[in-house]
Amino acid sequence: MSEAAYVQSLNLVVGGLLLTAVLMLWWRELRAIVRLLVAQGVLLAGLAGILAIQEGDSQLYGVAAGVLLLKGIALPAVLRRVLRDGREATESEPLVNAASSLLAAAFLILFAYAVSRPLVALAPSPATRALPVGLSMVFLGFFLMISRRRAVSQVVGFLLMDNGIAATAFLAAAGVPLIVELGVSLDLFLIVLVLQVLTARMRLKFGGTDLDDLRQLRDS
Amino acid sequence: MSTQPHIANQVVLVAPLLGPLVAAAAGGLLGWRRSIAWGAVAASVLILLSGVLVGVRTVGGGAIGVGTVLRADALTAVMLLVIGAVGVIATWSGVSYVERELAAGHTDERGARLYALLVPAFLAAMVLAVLADNLGVLWAAVEATTIVTAFLVGHRRTRASLEATWKYVMICSVGIAMAYLGTVLVYYASKQATGGAGSLSWTVLAVQGDQLDSGVMRIAVALLVLGFGTKAGLVPMHSWLPDAHSQAPAPVSALMSGVLLSVAVYALLRYRVIAVEALDPRFVRNLLLVVALASLALAASLLISQRDYKRLLAYSSIEHMGLVVVGLAVGTPLAVAALLLHILGHGIGKAVLFCTSGQILAVENTTEIAHVRGLLARQPVLAGTFAVGIAALLGLPPFSLFLSELALMRAAAGAGMGWVIAPVLLLLVIVFLAVARHTVGMLFGDQPVPANDNSGAAHPMRLSRLESTPLVLGLVVLAAIGVVAWPLQPLLQAAAAIAGTS
Repeated sequence: MSEAAYVQSLNLVVGGLLLTAVLMLWWRELRAIVRLLVAQGVLLAGLAGILAIQEGDSQLYGVAAGVLLLKGIALPAVLRRVLRDGREATESEPLVNAASSLLAAAFLILFAYAVSRPLVALAPSPATRALPVGLSMVFLGFFLMISRRRAVSQVVGFLLMDNGIAATAFLAAAGVPLIVELGVSLDLFLIVLVLQVLTARMRLKFGGTDLDDLRQLRDS
Repeated sequence: MSTQPHIANQVVLVAPLLGPLVAAAAGGLLGWRRSIAWGAVAASVLILLSGVLVGVRTVGGGAIGVGTVLRADALTAVMLLVIGAVGVIATWSGVSYVERELAAGHTDERGARLYALLVPAFLAAMVLAVLADNLGVLWAAVEATTIVTAFLVGHRRTRASLEATWKYVMICSVGIAMAYLGTVLVYYASKQATGGAGSLSWTVLAVQGDQLDSGVMRIAVALLVLGFGTKAGLVPMHSWLPDAHSQAPAPVSALMSGVLLSVAVYALLRYRVIAVEALDPRFVRNLLLVVALASLALAASLLISQRDYKRLLAYSSIEHMGLVVVGLAVGTPLAVAALLLHILGHGIGKAVLFCTSGQILAVENTTEIAHVRGLLARQPVLAGTFAVGIAALLGLPPFSLFLSELALMRAAAGAGMGWVIAPVLLLLVIVFLAVARHTVGMLFGDQPVPANDNSGAAHPMRLSRLESTPLVLGLVVLAAIGVVAWPLQPLLQAAAAIAGTS
């Protein structure tokens, strides 16, 4: 791949990642948000693929395929099942409305650019210059988690955070060592399964997954 | 580095991993039985034993390893001892705990099978965390404990335990994700420092520490402290801890408090060695000190008016972890030796106390401090164990926590941080008074008002020898290591030489 084509495709993919992250904050329909997660998984796999071609690293091709399988197919499938079992298609009256959410997103992205200056300064390259996007996704995911009330939305926020960290790892160091990547992916998959079971139990006990119901345990 | 025969190293390092895994598989396949439960105890003894053997081999410095994945030095040996000791107490108490839960109908066949599967799996994950040379594998092992313990915290399937589980999984996953981001950034810094293949091996990173970019490492270290601090129950991500500890089965609370928190601090101990090389040591020290003092203050303030004795023990864990991180901030070899002794003492003491609290709950049918009154007259052995355990935890001699707290203060003074001693001591006095007041009420207070429990008098349950032996044994060991420094002292010094910096 020529240098220009590499930089262009890299920027395209990274731009797509940021766009899906912001849309997750904007949209309220949970099914559509899960579709955004699928798109994000595909884009992450694409990012790994582009780096694999650029670095000529055969191991990275395998990682790209694994990312596609896990983040593009398996995890969204689990979430879709959760949505099918419940009947909660939309996020009910979020704590923060769409306009303020987008405003917050803008600030968080600016903040990510400010924080990641030392990261870019260490080794400026087309890939590391995109590092703020990875951090933005982490911040946006965190914001999504604290501003939504449905259990599924919190899981989506967690996955967005995790995608952000994965993007950071790819952009900064073309991925972590394989043994770590495997351990991390396994952990992530199991965590989401645990959360699926917990959501089902919550629906049984509370008759819904509104996290505002979780306020029994406190100190005096 | 090693002069020992290679094959022996493999056995010593692989056995403590394999033992719990075999016990977990047996538990998962065959379900709960007494023999399976004793298998988990045997696995814990195996971990303890391998800790001793690794200690013997590494006490003179150096390390033993298997391939590039597993590696053990004196610091690892101390942590294996902690995991093994707490594991023995918790799994031993677990035998009768689960039988009692089954008899009382609090859990069923499936719940007991899950318990038999998950508790040894938890031990295996913790052993992997301390044996891993790769810091990424260490991270994955710590994260794995969240998965393994999730269903243990929620074993009673009540609304409260469901709430505790959700918060536990969410907060810990987010926190530990921060630590992963930190790990990724350390890898990035390492890759740029060597100009080619980066590394997450602690051995490599500890050597190349001063070549790592300080701008990147500053962000990484802050994220790592936040992330592993979550698992260690430190402010600001501590809120899962009292909920999870109060809802989990007593032996699991013992394991989380004694082992999980300690291993999270262990991760910080390893990273600190790299961080002080790459960064201004004052930045690292101040960061840790802020977190430590805030945790101490929070724990002290919430202990004063605490109404639930399991939450009381949970906040006491936050307090002790705060104290340990004060030692981490000081960071001299003396401080590291003291904090390791404190981790061991707190682990054993808290394991005894949580298991005792589980039995108090079984007898009294309430977790409210106000509803447990005059325990000493009705349950002398149980109340005695509880009282002695609390005395040990509050740092009274002859128990080892007295020694380690004293050594921590001396280390702080020796490192020119004498000013820290004043706030720490003040907070410790507050904790002492608060916990002592609650405990005295539980032991000596007037006979219970016939409150919401209908079983108080109609339940003249006595502790069987099976139940009391591990608890008494734990207290005896705690006193013994407080009185006789040998043979632990040389090992602690060897570990302090690895993780301490002057």
